[in-house]
Amino acid sequence: MSRQANRGTESKKMSSELFTLTYGALVTQLCKDYENDEDVNKQLDKILCSHFLPRGYNIGVRLIEDFLARSNVGKCHDFRETADVIAKVAFKMYLGITPSITNWSPAGDEFSLILENNPLVDFVELPDNHSSLIYSNLLCGVLRGALEMVQMAVEAKFVQDTLKGDGVTEIRMRFIRRIEDNLPVGEE
Amino acid sequence: MVDAVLFELLHTEMVAELWAPDSDLDPGPGGQRTSLQVLEGVGFRVGQALGERLPREMLAFREELDVLKFLCKDLWGAVFQKQMDSLRTNHQGTYILQDSSFPLLVHVGSGLQYLEEAPKFLAFTCGLLRGTLSTLGIKSLVSASVAALPACKFQVVIERS
Repeated sequence: MSRQANRGTESKKMSSELFTLTYGALVTQLCKDYENDEDVNKQLDKILCSHFLPRGYNIGVRLIEDFLARSNVGKCHDFRETADVIAKVAFKMYLGITPSITNWSPAGDEFSLILENNPLVDFVELPDNHSSLIYSNLLCGVLRGALEMVQMAVEAKFVQDTLKGDGVTEIRMRFIRRIEDNLPVGEE
Repeated sequence: MVDAVLFELLHTEMVAELWAPDSDLDPGPGGQRTSLQVLEGVGFRVGQALGERLPREMLAFREELDVLKFLCKDLWGAVFQKQMDSLRTNHQGTYILQDSSFPLLVHVGSGLQYLEEAPKFLAFTCGLLRGTLSTLGIKSLVSASVAALPACKFQVVIERS
C-alpha cells in the first residue's frame, strides 16, 4: 500500500523536476557548443540571452492558448487585473507558486512580481558565470509572448535575482501599449 | 509543481534551438547526425538526473523486466502523463516499447506527412530512457522508429558485458 502511495508522489516529483532539469541541460549544452570558440566565449552571455528571449517568446505564444483554455479567465479590463491574473492564476497553474504584487507606479503601468526564489532553478547546477542572465531571459520571453497574444505589449525584466545573491527575485512588468487588431474588414 | 505542458513547449524550442544553431538552413546529412546526437545527449543527462533523484526503495527491482516496466509505467507517467501502450521482449535483452500516441509527436502531424521530421522529436526521449537506465546500472542502446505519426516504437537493447 505504501509502495503505491510512494509511486504517486515520486511521479509528481519527477514531473516537476523534468522541466527545470531539461532547461538546465539545454543551457549546459549551449555553453558547451560555444566554449571552444574564444571570440564567442567572451560574448557568451549576450549570445545565450539572444537565444533564450525568442525561445521564451515562442513558448509564451503557445502557452497563452493553453492558459485561456484551462483557466476560464475573462478579459482583463486594466493592468491591475492583468497583474492579478498573472500572479494568482498563471504562476500558480504553471509553476505552483504565487508571487506577490508590489511597487505599483503612480500611473499604474508598472508593477513588480516578487518571488522567494527563481522558479526555474530549484535544483539545477548552473554552468559557471552564465547562470542568472540566461534563466531570467526565458521567463521574460514567456511573459512577453503570452501577453502579446492578448493584445498587450509589455516589457518584463529581472531587477533582482536570488541566483545573483539578492534576497528575492523581482520581475518588473511594464505596460507599453495596447496592440490593436489589424484584421481586414470582413475577416474573422 | 511545474505543469507538464511547460516541458512539452520547452522540448519543441529545444529541438529548434539544437537542430540548426546559428543557421537558417537545415544541416546536411552529417550535420543531421550530429544534431540528433546532441539532442540524445541532453536527454541522457536529464534521464540520469531523474534516475538519481529516485529514492533507493523504488529501485529495488528484482529483474531486468521490472526495470522496463518501471520505464513504461512510472517514467512515462511522470514525463508524459500516460503509460506506454505495450512492452514486448525476446527475453534476450531486446525490448520494444510502443506508444500509439506519443505526446511529443502529436503536434507535429499525423500519418505519413512529416515522417522525416520525426527523428528530431524522438532523440531527446531516447536519451532520456538510456540515461534513466544508466542510473539504474543498465547500459543500453535506445532507438526509435515511426511508421505513422503519432505512433512510435522505442527499441531498448541491453548491453551485456
